[in-house]
Amino acid sequence: MSQQMGPPLVELQDIRVAFGGVHAVDGVTVDLLAGEVVGLVGGNGAGKTTLIKTLSGAHPADSGTILIDGEPVTITSPRDAKALGVETIYQTLALADNVDAPANVFLGRELTTRFGNLDDDAMEDATRKLMNRLNPKFLNFVVPVQSLSGGQRQSVAIARAVHFNARILIMDEPTAALGPAETKQVRDLIKQLRHEGIGIFLISHDIHDVFDLSDRISVMLQGKLVGTVNKDDVTVDEVLAMIILGKLPEEVTQKDLAELH
Amino acid sequence: MAETKVSAAEPLPEAQAPERDEHEARSIRSALRSAEIDARLAGMLAALAIIWVVFQTITPGHTFMTPRNLWNLSVQTSVVAIMATGMVLIIVTRNIDLSVGAVMAAVGMVMAVVQHDWLPEWLGFDHPLTWVVAVIVGLVLGAAIGAFQGAIVAYVGVPAFIVTLGGYLVWRGVAWWIASGQTIAPMDTLFRRLGGGAEGTIGGTWSWIVGIAACVGIVLLQVMRRRRRARYGFRLRPMWAEIVLGVVACGAVLLAIWYLNRYYLPPGLVEQRGAAPGTNISLGLAIPVLIALGVMIVMTFIANRRRFGRYVYGIGGNPEAAELAGIKTKRTIVKTFTLMGLLVGLAAAVQIARLNAAVSSLGVGMELNVIAAAVIGGTSFTGGIGTVSGAVLGALVMQSLVSGMVLMGIEAPLQDIVVGIVLVLAVTLDTIIRRRSAK
Repeated sequence: MSQQMGPPLVELQDIRVAFGGVHAVDGVTVDLLAGEVVGLVGGNGAGKTTLIKTLSGAHPADSGTILIDGEPVTITSPRDAKALGVETIYQTLALADNVDAPANVFLGRELTTRFGNLDDDAMEDATRKLMNRLNPKFLNFVVPVQSLSGGQRQSVAIARAVHFNARILIMDEPTAALGPAETKQVRDLIKQLRHEGIGIFLISHDIHDVFDLSDRISVMLQGKLVGTVNKDDVTVDEVLAMIILGKLPEEVTQKDLAELH
Repeated sequence: MAETKVSAAEPLPEAQAPERDEHEARSIRSALRSAEIDARLAGMLAALAIIWVVFQTITPGHTFMTPRNLWNLSVQTSVVAIMATGMVLIIVTRNIDLSVGAVMAAVGMVMAVVQHDWLPEWLGFDHPLTWVVAVIVGLVLGAAIGAFQGAIVAYVGVPAFIVTLGGYLVWRGVAWWIASGQTIAPMDTLFRRLGGGAEGTIGGTWSWIVGIAACVGIVLLQVMRRRRRARYGFRLRPMWAEIVLGVVACGAVLLAIWYLNRYYLPPGLVEQRGAAPGTNISLGLAIPVLIALGVMIVMTFIANRRRFGRYVYGIGGNPEAAELAGIKTKRTIVKTFTLMGLLVGLAAAVQIARLNAAVSSLGVGMELNVIAAAVIGGTSFTGGIGTVSGAVLGALVMQSLVSGMVLMGIEAPLQDIVVGIVLVLAVTLDTIIRRRSAK
């Protein structure tokens, strides 16, 4: 946990996003400290992904304030977010399947020679070094990523997010498509990044993942924030009650808990 | 690029040196896989060779592979080839441009009016700058039309098929309007050289110089690539393979020059030039062929070595991912259409120079030839896949079929049937191979 004194790394205040008449995100306020993992949980359609898209620039908020280091910022595109040190690993991975791993890692931020030409060799070299640490088994640097396994593709998406000195990392279901060994690798990576002082929003369906990795857990239900709790103060059942019933631990009765099982 | 926090950190617990054997086996396999693009190109070259040999065998008098016919083939291919290089990028981004034939007509008419009616008034008849001004007007106009259509596609979000279908009608009409349907002829004397013909060639000596320069370029590229890869300690091609590749490539270039240089000026023109009757004067490479080759090199460079090219393929592979990666996708789409328009302007110059006239029916049906060339050359309508050199080869394959069938006296409707079947066959084969290799 962080013991910093200044403002939180990120504050999302009263964020609202509506699609047509549907309030996908309805006045949600969450924050994130440096060196902290905040788990963002909730059922399908709870608005988790929509909420973080306002921070990643994929879908700007209709209203609300985003503060980074206590300063209000405007994020209207992924470019804005990246410029502020916000990197995102999307659930869909968002890879260009037809090009190779180095091209994906550097997509939109290519390394060039002094004449402005693509420096594919430098990009391949950087990607090899990066992968050597992230996933040493990754050796397919010159084939289109569509021919890679789910875990390898995930590695490419992660490499892209961590290569550019991210301060804030958003991970949307980072382990959903992975086998046990690869899941463990991603978990270790999250712990390592957290140690380095990066703030991480972790979206996951896997409540055990969230409990294992998060410092705090924010629960959403139907576009609204149910509440944010310290992981150490709650049980899995209490978080489940928040997700399903929308009740904070102090409001939950024994009867509620019994019904969950 | 600054070292990152992660890459500067300790390796993950699992991180350990990869097994040597596995590393070797994998990289051999991936090297083979990476060579697959070359394999595709090699396959197309083989198909082209088969077509040529078959036509040589079955044409009456075995006239297909004469220097004269191949020289004509090279000139006939160049107009479609120039535009096909741009169409590849359009199709790679999952768009289409149906207006290229009509734009060619409109731009061609304007270029004709400029050099035929306007410039002689200001500069005088046959002024040496006339052709330059006319070409620049054509390029700018073509690019402007392309940018306009591209902006509607990218920023308004109207499907490219619709926008360019509209353009297909509009620009054809404009082409008619410019001279009320009249033919404008003749073209400026210097301008005409852009179209080839007896005056529009560079002669035997200069053709050899171009060929030798190309060989030097090929070897230089190989050396530079090796140096760059060696600097990072990447696996290099075995030296023997590198040498074989260089020798084969240079040999092919020089063989082509030698063979085309055996096409000589007709005896009548030899005497006109004041040479002794009976001397053989090589025409050498035609200027439109040089233009097409230049366009191919520049477009290959843009597609493979510039950010714009990388973005084109990124958008084609996954438009959403490209957007999320921070690529200005709309601007990139507009650029592809602008580039296409520029190339149409260039192709229009070559075409009216060849015909020595501009008519409003210029380039009727050309859009389909250009699209077919790109597709035969391996460009996929699903987006993200296609190469510039493939499209040029596709244009050459199509023109070879037409040329061979003309020599055999096959009627035009039957020619269309054959080209149509080849188009579908080529894509079918490609789809099957791609599906296999994806597994």
